[in-house]
Amino acid sequence: MSDLEMAATSELGVRPSADPSAGPASTARTRSLTADAWYDLRRNWIFWVASALVVLVVLMAVAPGLFSSADPTACTTRRQFAGPSGGAIFGYDFQGCDVFSRTVHGARASVLVGVFAVLMTGVIGLVFGMLAGYFGGWLDAVLSRVVDVVLGIPLLLAAIVLSKRLSADQQGSGIATVVIVLGILGWTTAARVMRSSVIAARSQDYVAAARMLGAGPLRIMWRHILPNALAPFIVVLTIALGTFIATEATLSFLNIGLRPPAISWGIDIATAGKHVRESATPLVAPSVFLTLTVLAFIMLGDAIRDAFDPKLR
Amino acid sequence: MARYIIRRLLQMVVTFIGATFVVYALMFANQNDPIQALAGDRPVSDNVRQVLTEQYHLNDPFVVQYGYYMRGLLTGDFGKTLTGRPIGDVMSDAWPNTIKLALLALFFATLFGIGAGLVAGLRRGSAFDNTTLALTLVVVGLPIIVLAPIAQLVFGVKLGWFPTTAGARPSLYGLILPALVLGAASTATMLRLTRASVAENVRADYVRTARAKGLSARRVVAVHVLRNSMIPVITLIGVDLGTLMAGAIITEGVFNIPGVGSKLLLGIQTEDGPLVVGFVSVLVVVFLVTNLLVDLLYAVLDPRIRYE
Repeated sequence: MSDLEMAATSELGVRPSADPSAGPASTARTRSLTADAWYDLRRNWIFWVASALVVLVVLMAVAPGLFSSADPTACTTRRQFAGPSGGAIFGYDFQGCDVFSRTVHGARASVLVGVFAVLMTGVIGLVFGMLAGYFGGWLDAVLSRVVDVVLGIPLLLAAIVLSKRLSADQQGSGIATVVIVLGILGWTTAARVMRSSVIAARSQDYVAAARMLGAGPLRIMWRHILPNALAPFIVVLTIALGTFIATEATLSFLNIGLRPPAISWGIDIATAGKHVRESATPLVAPSVFLTLTVLAFIMLGDAIRDAFDPKLR
Repeated sequence: MARYIIRRLLQMVVTFIGATFVVYALMFANQNDPIQALAGDRPVSDNVRQVLTEQYHLNDPFVVQYGYYMRGLLTGDFGKTLTGRPIGDVMSDAWPNTIKLALLALFFATLFGIGAGLVAGLRRGSAFDNTTLALTLVVVGLPIIVLAPIAQLVFGVKLGWFPTTAGARPSLYGLILPALVLGAASTATMLRLTRASVAENVRADYVRTARAKGLSARRVVAVHVLRNSMIPVITLIGVDLGTLMAGAIITEGVFNIPGVGSKLLLGIQTEDGPLVVGFVSVLVVVFLVTNLLVDLLYAVLDPRIRYE
C-alpha cells in the first residue's frame, strides 16, 4: 500500500469519527457562526496556550513589579556578567544590570508599540478597505495603487528609512515614532482583507434589502457590512500585532527604534550579541521572551482563523 | 498573454515611480543646507555655492530634482556616495555576495520546505507531521534578530561547525549558516503551505483517476500531486523575496557579510541619501520583476490559468 492510499484512507477514517466526539449537545441545536467559532476555539489547545502567554505578557507590561522587584536601571559594572543571585535569576549583563528585571520591564515597550500600532493600522485599514470595497470605481483603483506602492517596498526596509528620518531630531524614548512608522506602513494587508470582505458582503441580499428600506451608505457599512467582514480583519490584526512587536525589536536592534531610557528587548539583544562570547544568558533571556510574545499573537490569530474558516476543518 | 504582461508592466511603472519617489523624498526633503553639510565647518564662497547649486539643481522644485535623478537612474548613472565613490562600484561589490546568500537561502528553503512539506502532507497526523508542524510554528515566530545571534552562538561559537563571521570575501561554506538563518522563516511557511496543499490535492478526483489508471505511486505524487501543489508555493517565493531582502539587512550585519543589506544599513545610518535611494530603487525593481515572473509561472504550472 502506498503512502498516498494510506493518507487517503486515514483521512476518510478520521472524518466521520471526529463528529460524534464533538459531543451530543452539539448536534442537538444549531449555533450562530460566532458561537460555532467559539465552540471550536475552546477545544483548541493552541488557543489556550497563546491566550495564557498573551495574558502573561500584558501582565508584565502593566505591572512588572509583580515579577521582579529589582530596578532594571540600577546597574553597576562591579557585577559585570555575575552569575544568578537572589531575585536576579538570569544573572547580570555587561553593564551589570539585572537581566531578569530588564527582560520583564522590556515587555511594556513591546506591548505599547504593538497595541497602538495595531489600533492605527486598524483604523486606516478599516477606512481604506471599506471605502475601496464599498464604492469601487476610481476610488478603489487609486487606493489599490497606493497599497501597491506601500507593498512595493519591504516593510522592514521602509520602516528603517522612515524611522531614521522621523527620529533624526527627536528626544524621548521613541515609542511614538515607531508607532507612527508601523502605522503608516503596516495597514496594507488589513485594508486588502477588509476590501475583499466588503466586496463579498456588498452584493448580499440583506444589503440590497437595507438599501431598499432607505438606509444610507454609512448605516449600511456600519450596521450590515462591517459585522460580517470583521472576523478575517481581526485575524489579520492579531497576527500583525506579533509582527509589529518583532519589527519594533528589529528597529531597536538596529539602533533606530527605541532609545535607552526605554527598555526594549531589541536593544538588549543587540548589546548582548556583542558580548556573547563572555556570557550567553543576557542574549538568550530577552530572545526567548521576544519569541514567545511574537509567537503568542501569531498562534492566537491562527487559532481564530481556523475557528472562523469552515473550509479548513 | 501579451496584453496581460503590458498591463502588469504599466502597473509596475506606477509602483516603481511611487516607491522611489517616497524614498527619495524621505532622504532628501527638508534638508537644511546640503552644500554647507558637504563643506563641514568651513565657509563656502558664493561662487562655489552657485556652481554646486546649478550642478545639483538645488534651485529647481523638488519634483524636478527627482526627475533629474530618475533620468540618471534610467541611463545607468546612480550618482556618487557622500564620500565620492560611484554607487555603481559599491553595487558591483555588494550584489554578488547578496545574490549568493539569497540563492543559497532560497535553495535551502525550497529543499527542506517542499521536501518535508510533501512528506508531512502525505502522512497527515503522523509523528513526523506533528513534529514538523510544531517546529514550523516556532520558526515562524522567531524574529531574525533572535535567530541570527543565537545560531551564531550555538553553531559558530559553541559547536564550531561553521565560521562565526563570513568576512570580506565570503566562501560558500561560510555562507551556509547565514543562508540557513535567512531562509528559516521561508522554509517554515513553505513547508506549511506545501503540506496543506498536498493534503488537499491527495483527495482530488484527478489523483484518484491517476491511480485508477494504474500509475505508480511515485508518478502520481511527483507529477500529479506535487505539480498542482506548487502553485501557491511559487507565489510564496515571490512574496518571500521581500522578507529575504529585509532579513538580509540583519543577517549580513550579524555575520559580517559585505552585501547589499549591510551597505544599505550603513548608508541609512550615515544618512548617505544617494546610496540609499539607489540601493532601494534596485531592490524595488528586483521585487517587482520577481513578482511578475511568479505570476507568469502560474500559466506554466497550471494550463487552466489564462491571462487576458
